[in-house]
Amino acid sequence: MLGNGDCDDGNDDRCSLNTCGIAQPNSRPAAAASSLVGLPPPFFDQVLDNVLENVLCFLTSHRDRNAASLVCKSWFLAEAQTRLELFIGNCYAVSPARAIGRFRCIQSLVLKGKPRFADFNLIPLGWGARFSPWIAAMAPSYPSLQRICLKRMTVADADLVILATSFPSFRDLTLICCDGFTTAGLAAIAENCRQLRSLDLIENDVEDDDDDGVDWVSCFPPGKTCLESLVFDCVGCAVNLEALESLVARSPSLWRLRVNDYISVGRLFRLMARAPQLTHLGTGSFSSFDGEGDFRASLESAFMASKSLVCISGFRDLAPEYLPSIYPACANLISLNLSYALITTDQLKPVITRCHNLQTFWVLDSVLDEGLQMVAATCKNLRELRVFPLDATEDSEGSVSDVGLVAISEGCKKLQSILYFCQTMTNAAVVAMSNNCQDLVVFRLCIMGRHRPDHLTGEPMDEGFGAIVKNCKNLTRLAVSGLLTDKAFAYIGKYGKLVRTLSVAFAGNSDLGLRYVLEGCPKLQKLEIRDSPFGDTGLLSGIHHYYNMRFLWMSSCKVSVKGCKEVARRLPHMVVEVIRDRLEDDNSVAMEKLYMYRSLAGPRNDAPPFVKLL
Amino acid sequence: MSAETAKSSTESDVSGLDYEETELKLGLPGSSRIAGSELERKRGFSETVDLKLGGSGGCNLDYLTAESSDTRSSGAGKLPANKAQVVGWPPVRSFRKNALKSCTYVKVAVDGAPYLRKVDIEMYGGYQQLLNALKEMFSCFTIRNSPNNNERRLVDPLNGTEYVPTYEDKDGDWMLVGDVPWKMFVASCKRLRLMKSSEAVNLAPRAPQID
Repeated sequence: MLGNGDCDDGNDDRCSLNTCGIAQPNSRPAAAASSLVGLPPPFFDQVLDNVLENVLCFLTSHRDRNAASLVCKSWFLAEAQTRLELFIGNCYAVSPARAIGRFRCIQSLVLKGKPRFADFNLIPLGWGARFSPWIAAMAPSYPSLQRICLKRMTVADADLVILATSFPSFRDLTLICCDGFTTAGLAAIAENCRQLRSLDLIENDVEDDDDDGVDWVSCFPPGKTCLESLVFDCVGCAVNLEALESLVARSPSLWRLRVNDYISVGRLFRLMARAPQLTHLGTGSFSSFDGEGDFRASLESAFMASKSLVCISGFRDLAPEYLPSIYPACANLISLNLSYALITTDQLKPVITRCHNLQTFWVLDSVLDEGLQMVAATCKNLRELRVFPLDATEDSEGSVSDVGLVAISEGCKKLQSILYFCQTMTNAAVVAMSNNCQDLVVFRLCIMGRHRPDHLTGEPMDEGFGAIVKNCKNLTRLAVSGLLTDKAFAYIGKYGKLVRTLSVAFAGNSDLGLRYVLEGCPKLQKLEIRDSPFGDTGLLSGIHHYYNMRFLWMSSCKVSVKGCKEVARRLPHMVVEVIRDRLEDDNSVAMEKLYMYRSLAGPRNDAPPFVKLL
Repeated sequence: MSAETAKSSTESDVSGLDYEETELKLGLPGSSRIAGSELERKRGFSETVDLKLGGSGGCNLDYLTAESSDTRSSGAGKLPANKAQVVGWPPVRSFRKNALKSCTYVKVAVDGAPYLRKVDIEMYGGYQQLLNALKEMFSCFTIRNSPNNNERRLVDPLNGTEYVPTYEDKDGDWMLVGDVPWKMFVASCKRLRLMKSSEAVNLAPRAPQID
């Protein structure tokens, strides 16, 4: 879902231009000259090529284009010449030179780097996924480049400078979960990208120290801008408030603004007043800073006047007395992100009972099962729910449970995507969800207590997850947890025919579990496993399938270097990385982390010392 | 027993969850471990270990009881003996963890002092460390134990003024620091104020114990 801009790896189609927060473009080029009148009789090939190019330009999905390019040589060439949007799901799968060599007129790039488990500190710093070689190669080759979306890449300020100065038509920059840059890089973008429409910074690690930030907001040129989207809630330093207000005031096309927690309500309502046309608002701290005063009336007026708001997020330091200000906007909301707001059930009630049209809702488990029951009672159109833990430790008191899950399943039958953190769960609840919410595409249940069985029956959670894969026929993304035996994986292998992304942690009994999945799930693209007893036999059972996958991650499993070497030997186009936490583990048999992926580029030459390429 | 104690100390120490902090203890204030407390602000967890070793054995038994009640079924459901915090689990991005953590930053005001400080109360394992941190922060204070009850007071040695640590809770009420179990305090404290004792008379202590 777009509203909260969290582009998880679930669905590559969605993580193309759409989820990168860029307004859906009409990416068809100006009609190619198709008229043959007045030209000498063309060769048969030329006619076909012209026709083909005109037809192919209607194909926008990279999957469709990949398929078209396989038909024959001339289709390959025609497709390569007309592809405008380049999606590279693993930056190490192909070299920049090769990508640029094939696709000559790219306008939009999506590039992903580190595997998702990097988000959870499982990959040491300096592993790779640097943007530098890419920008260096693209700067001279793609003069018409307009959009870049990077996820989990390391982006240096110098890279941003090159970006800002190399592409005169550059319009949209989206950085998700990236690191390596500071406000100096942002300043370069602001200053030089005169056609900038969107600057979307989502959950990046912006490396400024608090006090040393550059005033990048002031670097936008004076006068009217074409800015449509400005998202900077992850930037951890203060911004020039006057400059921000002025920028917003002179950006008449701005429809999305998400500010960081240095913006108090005192400033927020003024920004809202400057941009009554906003549809997406990130509210910053949503509290007043010392000595500022009480802005409840002003804020409520601002929300009443913002008739176009459909998506609200932020609330980074919520002062509960300000929450009622958003009531006027609730009825129109499609998306609400309260996942940084520590609110109780009672505080949620007046908000959520007004949100009849909500489709996306992110919240903290501090609202408890009762809060979720309220969601279920009101939000009949809910498509996506994420319940995050306030206390993300294994032993915390459970705040939400099977009760909340069942309530949601009964009230929100159109649910498509769920991420649910809890301490314990029951099979019955998960089965109920599988029966009630058959449209589920994404089911991610995180039972935080490792190896926790069904708390009512004491059984493993096999049957619950089994029901999910069996009943939810559209399921493409699954994350499992709790006490799970190989049986759970047998179910996944048997029924999970559309599953593309599977996340496994602390689960399974033996290599059979891994085998079931690798043999049974033909669409499996991304498999990430940690702390599960799968060894070399399981690893080798996927040899037939690994070339069809984007990657396999296994950490703290029972795989050995020997098994990995065997895979590397049998699959020459797989890059097999063994990542160690400590350099002196060179000769140990049990290995920590395996990351392997298909690649046309061969083993990378930028691997740090703690990465061994087999 | 001591080995077992040490292990469970490490477990809860590392996991940051400290069951016995929720217990109202009758132990003597100023457990001797606190002597090495200069670095506490950055070492909340290790301080917790020290506290436990100095505390009564009953507390550790409570922890073990609490743990075993979590293991609702035997056999396959048995939790691994070592429940040390695992890297990257639960899978919540550090961005989010840090953002939520900042909820526990509270402002500290001292009556008569012109500045505010901010502390992350979650970083401390208990009231003792918090007070020590405050003591350091406003460097003029020393900690004096009231002889008649177990309250802690901070004293400005220059003029002998006593300050009582108070806090404002979620409901807007001003309470004496130390009234409630530590974890409850962390969850409900919105700001701290070192109030002059003379002004604190109308804050009746409910359970005058601070561990």
